[in-house]
Amino acid sequence: MAKILLEMKDITKTFPGVKALDNVNFKVEEGEIHALVGENGAGKSTLMNVLSGIYPYGTYEGDIIYNGNVCKFNNIKDSEKLGIVIIHQELALVPEMTIGENMYLGNECGHKFAIDWNTTYSEADKYLKMVGLSESSKTQVKDIGTGKQQLVEIAKALAKNAKLLILDEPTSSLNEEDSRALLDLMLGFKKQGMTMIIISHKLNEVAYVADTITVVRDGATIETIDNRGDEPVSEERIIKGMVGREMTNRFPKREGVEIGSTMLEVSHWTVHHPLYPERKVVDDVSMYVRKGEVVGIYGLMGAGRTELAMSIFGQTYGTHITGDMKINGQTVKIKKGADDAIKHKIAYVTEDRKGNGLVLSQSIKVNTSLAHLDAISNHMVIDGDKEYAVAEEYRRKLKTKTPTVEQLVGNLSGGNQQKVLLAKWMFAEPDIMLLDEPTRGIDVGAKYEIYCIINDLAAAGKSVVMISSELPEVLGMSDRIYIMNEGKFVGEMKAEDATQENIMALILQSGRGA
Amino acid sequence: MEKTVVNQSNIRKADPVSLLKKNAMLIILVLVYIFFTAMTGGRMFRPNSFAALINQNAYVYILGCGMLMCMLTGGNIDLSCGAFVCLIGAMGGMMMVYWGMGTALSIVALLAIGIAYGCALGAIIAYVRVPPWIATLAGYLAFRGLGTAILGVSSTNSISFNNNQDFLSIFSGTLFRTPEGQMNWPCLIVGIVAAAMVVLLIFRNRTVRLKKGYEVDELKMDVAKSVLGAAVILLMMYKLALSGGIPTVLVWVGLVVLFYSFITSKTTIGRHFYVVGGNIEAARLSGVNTKRIMFIAYLNMAILTTIAAMTTMTRFTAANADAGKNFEMDAISACVVGGVSASGGAGTVLGMVIGATLIGVINLGMFQVNLDANYQRVVKGFVLLAAVVFDILSKKKQR
Repeated sequence: MAKILLEMKDITKTFPGVKALDNVNFKVEEGEIHALVGENGAGKSTLMNVLSGIYPYGTYEGDIIYNGNVCKFNNIKDSEKLGIVIIHQELALVPEMTIGENMYLGNECGHKFAIDWNTTYSEADKYLKMVGLSESSKTQVKDIGTGKQQLVEIAKALAKNAKLLILDEPTSSLNEEDSRALLDLMLGFKKQGMTMIIISHKLNEVAYVADTITVVRDGATIETIDNRGDEPVSEERIIKGMVGREMTNRFPKREGVEIGSTMLEVSHWTVHHPLYPERKVVDDVSMYVRKGEVVGIYGLMGAGRTELAMSIFGQTYGTHITGDMKINGQTVKIKKGADDAIKHKIAYVTEDRKGNGLVLSQSIKVNTSLAHLDAISNHMVIDGDKEYAVAEEYRRKLKTKTPTVEQLVGNLSGGNQQKVLLAKWMFAEPDIMLLDEPTRGIDVGAKYEIYCIINDLAAAGKSVVMISSELPEVLGMSDRIYIMNEGKFVGEMKAEDATQENIMALILQSGRGA
Repeated sequence: MEKTVVNQSNIRKADPVSLLKKNAMLIILVLVYIFFTAMTGGRMFRPNSFAALINQNAYVYILGCGMLMCMLTGGNIDLSCGAFVCLIGAMGGMMMVYWGMGTALSIVALLAIGIAYGCALGAIIAYVRVPPWIATLAGYLAFRGLGTAILGVSSTNSISFNNNQDFLSIFSGTLFRTPEGQMNWPCLIVGIVAAAMVVLLIFRNRTVRLKKGYEVDELKMDVAKSVLGAAVILLMMYKLALSGGIPTVLVWVGLVVLFYSFITSKTTIGRHFYVVGGNIEAARLSGVNTKRIMFIAYLNMAILTTIAAMTTMTRFTAANADAGKNFEMDAISACVVGGVSASGGAGTVLGMVIGATLIGVINLGMFQVNLDANYQRVVKGFVLLAAVVFDILSKKKQR
């Protein structure tokens, strides 16, 4: 057995209210490609952030043993000094700068007060060749495509003398051809003795490239699968580990809810990217949701789920939106702007409550009434008493934990913030609620309460669309499930027919077919 | 009679530290006032000083209300208002003195110019999406040039309004003037009524909240608040009564301040300003027309600038080329010192008024102790910086 290069021992990392990593043990041998797989939020990125020093020593429990020594990284520079280099999912290149400048950003060659441009560019060219790029290092980054930018990121990592390279979703923004080239490049590096960790959702790629596969679920490492045999390990085998969790009682039962007539129906819905109008973000999607029904939309990040929901919600995302929309059987044209969507009794509950959901610097009261101020005001004058009463009512109804509704939302925990967000949209009295990742980043107890609220909404005859990238949640909560991948709906299933395996298989098939 | 049950949990306990933080600027204002009163041997406390404080700073209060609305939308400012004061002055001079237009018609015409500029500026900022400081920098450069050029019709670059007494009397002078040192009863009565209203409002609000079971402050806090509020108003009006009466411009300032106080705290549109500044995306997705809010902010600013210009014209009884110089900075300073967030979404009219008054008191005090004008600027600069640093630090500690 080869030498162990890296061992992460009993790593536990807690965020306020959430245990993101729970006694994780993780070993990487020298010279192997080790894949980390798991669902969104399973803790893969957190683990890598611990490793690279983004979460400094002392903010987590456990030990990182690298090359036989216990490491205490205070920041990313410390880990890079030892050759641990992480390439993040989002490209971190400055478009207006040259490739060479980007590669040595923060790591400049030469004297403290005088950058040695000759060395910079000649060294940069050397590394570019290693990753198979023929571009000059004096080319501006904005002039090369995303596939090549990803390679520049790798060259940048090599320039830092990487011994352990961590690639977080390196192919998420690449097409099939570029992805394959990148994976082959990784195999080439392996031959030269480089150790790599790859995080990926694309299990076929993982099976193709990895020697060992570690499955992370709910902040813990579940199993490590050996993939060195002649036959690559089957994707189904990996999926089992990823999703095979206990599901007893995590989802409250919804009983006796009558599913009525079709409330919202969209057909041939196509949405283009606002900045790159030639790109289709949502491609010919047709769907419907009935009264009292909870429809799940499952898809991985970037599948176009949020974009679909927001484009339905008053075209708040996207351009050149085409397709038909019917509400209650009547064809409607919603004008651009959330106000018109609200008038049509649609609510969109965002996945990003801090980014575009709540006003953190304002009170619960102000946030609750925001989408429906008319209801508590008279000729534009706000009735403060009514507003207070409404906020109080929803605080009680949703069991939001707070001393008073005049508390600033920014001071609440994630789960309670989510409840305020839901309160805001429930108060807007919609018939159709588009819930985008309604339980993201909140703990298990709060999740259960949110599920109960969703059930109550359905029982009240609302039509609920629940977007989620957590498969168990989709399976546990939906009456019907749409599966979305790369902007398209690739399948529709009744809840009773759906299993985690066949949903994942659908996504993988569609990804391969493309 | 059923007795109101006072639930103890509904009483918000006064926490001395947060109380101090919340009212820091007010406390500093009082201390600074006492300091200058001591330094000037009591001159700062004479009736004249109170009248001067209001006459000299009227424009700050008026522009401050407009600037507050702009800053609420996300720390946006208007650099052009000072120069626009100059242009409006020049236009007013031409209309009233050279073209012989009547006072009423001239005021309407000036307001029309203000609205036209406000619409243009608002459209450029809200719909063309030019960053506000650039869009208003253009006005800052252009309007003073234009104003000065227009004033070139006069050999002194200044147009006097001394022959337009009715115009002057609308914005300057004193109501029911009595000789200095004599008690002006109308002024004092207005003061007593205003003080009584403040006390009444505080306690009415308290009883209503108690009845509905909402959270209220401790009784002694509300008593203290009303005693202080009433005392300040009575003191000010008493001093003004001795100085000859209510300055006309105070009526305008009072109307503007009360109006914007109401708009920001009680109306849906005011609420929209706060949420746009607090989180513009959340506001947009909640159905707030964020572009229209930006438009209104700058339209409103231009209208208030026009009013401030008229008070400035009447105060100097002339339109001058350097009228309105640094007014934009004074308004911004008043907001910032008064706790208006430089990144938007937070701040109150009352805070701005306290900030403006603090700066006004420091200005007047420094003038009365004969501090060199250059050093006056140094002090003002540091006061501004200290206010912002204080604001940021006190917010950090809350976390």
